[in-house]
Amino acid sequence: MKRSALRRSLQLIAVSLTALLLMGAGDDARFNKLGHNLMCACGCRQVLLECNHVGCSYSDRMRDELSTALTRGDSDDLVLQAFVQKYGPTVLAAPPATGFNLVAWVMPFAVLFSALGFAVLVVLRWKQRAPAAAPAADSPELEAMRLRARRETEL
Amino acid sequence: MPQFGSFALLLALAFGVYALGAGIFALLRPGPAADRLGESARRAGIAVFVAVTAASVALVVAAFQDDFSVAYIFHHSNRDLPLPYKFSALWSGQEGSLLFWAWLLSAYGFVLLLRHKVDPRLVAHAAVVLSAVQVFFLMLVNFAAHPFAMMSGPAPADGNGLNPLLQYPEMVIHPPMLYLGYVGMTVPFAFALGALIMKYPGEKWIHITRRWTMVTWLFLTCGIFLGGHWAYSVLGWGGYWGWDPVENASLLPWLTGTAFLHSVMMQEKRGMLKMWNMWLIFATFLLCIFGTFLTRSGVVSSVHAFAQSSIGTWFVSFLALTFAVCVFFFLRNRVYLKSENRLESLISRESSFLFNNLLFLVACFAVLWGTLFPVLSEWVQGTKATVGAPFFNRVMIPIGLLLLLLTGVAPLLAWRKTSLESLKRNFTIPALAAVATAVALMVGGMRPWQDVSYFYALMAIALAVFVAVTVGAEFLRGGRVIRSHTGMNLAAAMVQLTRRNTRRYGGYIVHFGVVVLFIGFAGYAFNQDQEQELGLGDKMNIGRYTLVSRSYTRDFQPNYESDYAILDVYRNGTFLETMYPERRFYTASQQDATIVANRSTWREDLYVVYAGRNPETDRPIIRAHLNPLVVWVWAGVYIVVFGTLVALVPNLQVAAVKARATAAELATVAAGSREGGD
Repeated sequence: MKRSALRRSLQLIAVSLTALLLMGAGDDARFNKLGHNLMCACGCRQVLLECNHVGCSYSDRMRDELSTALTRGDSDDLVLQAFVQKYGPTVLAAPPATGFNLVAWVMPFAVLFSALGFAVLVVLRWKQRAPAAAPAADSPELEAMRLRARRETEL
Repeated sequence: MPQFGSFALLLALAFGVYALGAGIFALLRPGPAADRLGESARRAGIAVFVAVTAASVALVVAAFQDDFSVAYIFHHSNRDLPLPYKFSALWSGQEGSLLFWAWLLSAYGFVLLLRHKVDPRLVAHAAVVLSAVQVFFLMLVNFAAHPFAMMSGPAPADGNGLNPLLQYPEMVIHPPMLYLGYVGMTVPFAFALGALIMKYPGEKWIHITRRWTMVTWLFLTCGIFLGGHWAYSVLGWGGYWGWDPVENASLLPWLTGTAFLHSVMMQEKRGMLKMWNMWLIFATFLLCIFGTFLTRSGVVSSVHAFAQSSIGTWFVSFLALTFAVCVFFFLRNRVYLKSENRLESLISRESSFLFNNLLFLVACFAVLWGTLFPVLSEWVQGTKATVGAPFFNRVMIPIGLLLLLLTGVAPLLAWRKTSLESLKRNFTIPALAAVATAVALMVGGMRPWQDVSYFYALMAIALAVFVAVTVGAEFLRGGRVIRSHTGMNLAAAMVQLTRRNTRRYGGYIVHFGVVVLFIGFAGYAFNQDQEQELGLGDKMNIGRYTLVSRSYTRDFQPNYESDYAILDVYRNGTFLETMYPERRFYTASQQDATIVANRSTWREDLYVVYAGRNPETDRPIIRAHLNPLVVWVWAGVYIVVFGTLVALVPNLQVAAVKARATAAELATVAAGSREGGD
């Protein structure tokens, strides 16, 4: 009894979440999302929906093309492919995650995880070792000098 | 005047070369003769400042006098340009900005050399490093990008004018601030390299370096902020940060500089990370030079880079040489940088600093990687990939959120090792506050599962609350202790607490500023925009607002012509105000520029741009953006600046001791004078 109630609750949550997910994902949201993933082809180096050049011969036309493609019911991939075919790969505001361009996406996270892993390893390795003696601890004279220097130069 | 300027620049180079050569000789062969040589090198360094100042004044005077026989003035000024912008022409172009760089560097050098008694030998080493950098920039302005190059043929009657985008009040102060940060990083670099070369005994050099870094980091922060604010107010695309290569170039040294300001505490308190800190300083300086190279060489295209030129080769050579010098002295003297302690636990203040540093460096790498990837992809694939805001947002936001989390966690961890009990005690309330905030936001209508940007926004606000609670708890805890000892009220006790340890509590204020900044960034996920042709009396709706076109008008100024849209703004049917977005046409340069009308509140900005007229219908086009929480971004930066200033003020006790010591010295001197029969 309890198990079936739990299952029903989970189903209800899943349905609600799906409904919420699909809410507002209409053409306006897609237009906004795709328009921010494309660059204006006029050479201004601005995202399509942010191009603010008066009389820009590209941005209005490209927005119309995007709007038409969405009304036609094209999928996101198809829309982006059509733009790439027409304007070249530089029309995409970010490199596609394919071929060599995949390196662009992988590298920062690879560096991030390697760095974190490296740091954890270093800390664990240092933790295992006995605390290192101060470099000059074997020389009392030098240690005294160091202490004096610290005292005298402390701001 | 151009001849005078050219002569002053040559003289500056001669003094610079002498200061470098004599400085090196004086350090290599210590003795009375070397002391005299060293002193003459110091004075030559001061003379460099005088000569570069004279050259800079000559260029400004040439701009004020409309001397269009000077090519630089012809290209960056015109007769009708207002005086403040004629002054800012000094740093508006390639040659002038390099001269400005050389002047700032000489000014920093001047301050350094005047304060040489702080530690004569360390300053002598630092001055040699500074002179070497100075000589490089003086060579650039003398031989590669001469600001006093003359026009061929007779002087033109008028100039081309200043780029319209630069004719905005903030542009008079944004570049100097940025340059103060960029150039200023040379000073910590000079101290660090100087200390490494001479194997400086003691820790004084790291204190000096930290203070200089903090000052120049502050300038860099202000410069980046002003640049963002200028972009928001002038460029008219509705945002303040576009991940443009030039913006990225300013962020790179800021990230490594921030990492240094954190890890330096490990060196001061535990004698750890000495090599790491040395390389952070080196990297920060090298990234400043690299950023300058990116901006000026044409390697990457940018909306606000300088004209493409051949000086890239100079910068690459200088970068390679500087890197080689750093590596050489590091390998030679690295024993001197041996760590005095080791990390003892994963959960400790030291570890948190280590992770914080790694995250800053990964962020720096990601920005650099994204900026240079187009060049790399062209090299490998033959086509240049575009790496724009979507890439940087996807990569940088998770790193930023991790950093925000550490901002809250790190101050609560103890040095050496933190117990589980202490973790529970310190983290329960902040963590509960963060979870409660996330739940409240979802109940309030935020749907993090609908879009990843909403998820990030939710995380940013929840983590911001987590950090704010930890910062608040730190102030409260310390304030209560002081209140119990002194009986003063809690607010006064917290002020007293801050004054007693300005560095620590100034740092917390900076962290609080970062919290406010992140809340502002979270608003970006909910931006809306709307564009519409708006004839007289037409209406346009965006969010809660309605814009009604009342009229369009035109105005003529000596330097430009203006088109204004006059729009009445209503919120839920109630009239609020009239807005005047403007479009300017600069006659000298024949270029357009927008002046945005912005209605800013803590909740949102109503940002209106007059985008011009439709060429087919001749109807005016209005673009409106509704940008939530942007004011929080500016407020966050103000708090960061305030916190940094607090951290730069000496602690109350130290200041009091110094004041007592000075008073005692004065009393002794006065007594001595009286005894002497005064």
